Amino acid sequence: MKYVCLVYYDEQIIKDMTEQQWLDLNKECKSFGDGVRGSGHCIGGNALQMTDTASTVRIRDGKLQLTDGPFAETKEQLAGFYLMEAADLDEAIKLASGIPPARLGSIEIRPIRELPV
Amino acid sequence: MWKAESDSGALIAAQIQRIYQHESRRVLATLIRLLGDFELAEEALQEAFSAALKQWPNDGIPDNPRAWLVSAGRFKAIDQIRRNQRFAHLMQEFAPSSEPDYEEDYTEQPDIEDDRLRLIFTCCHPALSIEAQLALTLREICDLSTDEIARAFLTSSVTLAQRIVRAKNKIRDAKIPYVVPGEQDLPERLESVLHVIYLVFNEGYSATTGDDLIRQDLCSEAIRLGHLLRQLLPDGEVSGLLALMLLQDARRMTRHNAEGDLIQLEFQDRRQWDHAQIRQGLMLVQEAMLAGEIGSFALQAAIAAQHALAIRFADTDWQRIVQLYDLLRQASPTPVVELNRAAAIAMRDGPQAGIQEMQGLENKLAQYHLFHAARADMYRRLGQLSEARQAYAQALSLTKQGPEMRFLQKCLVELEK
Repeated sequence: MKYVCLVYYDEQIIKDMTEQQWLDLNKECKSFGDGVRGSGHCIGGNALQMTDTASTVRIRDGKLQLTDGPFAETKEQLAGFYLMEAADLDEAIKLASGIPPARLGSIEIRPIRELPV
Repeated sequence: MWKAESDSGALIAAQIQRIYQHESRRVLATLIRLLGDFELAEEALQEAFSAALKQWPNDGIPDNPRAWLVSAGRFKAIDQIRRNQRFAHLMQEFAPSSEPDYEEDYTEQPDIEDDRLRLIFTCCHPALSIEAQLALTLREICDLSTDEIARAFLTSSVTLAQRIVRAKNKIRDAKIPYVVPGEQDLPERLESVLHVIYLVFNEGYSATTGDDLIRQDLCSEAIRLGHLLRQLLPDGEVSGLLALMLLQDARRMTRHNAEGDLIQLEFQDRRQWDHAQIRQGLMLVQEAMLAGEIGSFALQAAIAAQHALAIRFADTDWQRIVQLYDLLRQASPTPVVELNRAAAIAMRDGPQAGIQEMQGLENKLAQYHLFHAARADMYRRLGQLSEARQAYAQALSLTKQGPEMRFLQKCLVELEK
């Protein structure tokens, strides 16, 4: 069986951290990641950039609707995810708009963040 | 490369000032491409001009100041990247060189003009919020200060500065590309650029009191952007938008009296319209209508042209205006277009016909004060005063703009006479 573990937190907690606290947290995540990858449990995973960098794609009446910001509709539920390689945001938007449920709900596009350790 | 050293220091400073006005946005646009970072490019631009202020009074003004400034800015930025951790992400992209290379010209045509288009398309990228697009456009392309933009949008400088920083961060972190969109995406992306320019214009056009001149400056900035875009990217809709802005702006001085009260088109002093600007607008309407597929800005401009062509209000060709609204309705089927079309039909066929046309719009425009104001006017003309009174009151309850409120109150008072 495969499971996906989604990580949520209040970004304000992070923004209020000192540089050192932030680096420590990243270090901890790195070593946890190394552990679960080493044991063969973790197949992949990434940290995301803040929601400030998010864009949301919807297809309605066959037309692309693009908005700044994260997905925020509480009556929609998470249904899946794709990890995509794209040259830039324009290409990522093109790819995302091809995802069939973009017609039904929303696709949030968020850039990956490299751990600073 | 250097000119004779006869110029005095003050003269050179004035020349540098002129060069700044002419070239700073071009230099910035190119530096963003070369450096891949807005913030770094802006700092580099400032540094390049400081260097010019120091060196040019002694050395003379270079033959190609633009190329000199780009080279100097690029060199300063690379130095900055080496010294500052903040730009560590750019470290690999630049092999540090110890000398600025003033011989290398980074400003070859057509790249330099493309850079200005790149800047426009990036500032108006639809992945940024519309507020951010407006702020970035005015800051980066028009070179308005954050204070000026904040005053124009009636918000605080802090909020506005944050909005701009956040937008630049998103451009960098989400990797919004610095490119002119390809042929396939161009129409849609151009539409969003035109939308931003028209919003800038309207923000200025709806400014009504004499004391916020900065807001009226937005009209000139929008018109300047329109000219720039038309020069860089000739297109029917670009000409259409520019024509529309010129024709509307030509009437600006007659839209309010000294107290800031609205004067309707019917009662404006047409002799005071800016007729030179109207001629320019009319020429551009023609250009837009001949450009192949006719878009919604071209059609709106053609409607504005009909008003501009009528010597008196009574001479207005309402038949032609209704025809143009019929076309606009196909190009851009929105309730507000339907409303304006209904108002034009009321002028052509009488108020009863207008009210009939408006019947289907009640649901969509119930919250739009001009819908009720238009209805009220038609009832007034039909002599149905209680319906008129009710509609004016409804319009009044839906607007917060001082001049609009005063106008509606005056209409209500006049009904009682």
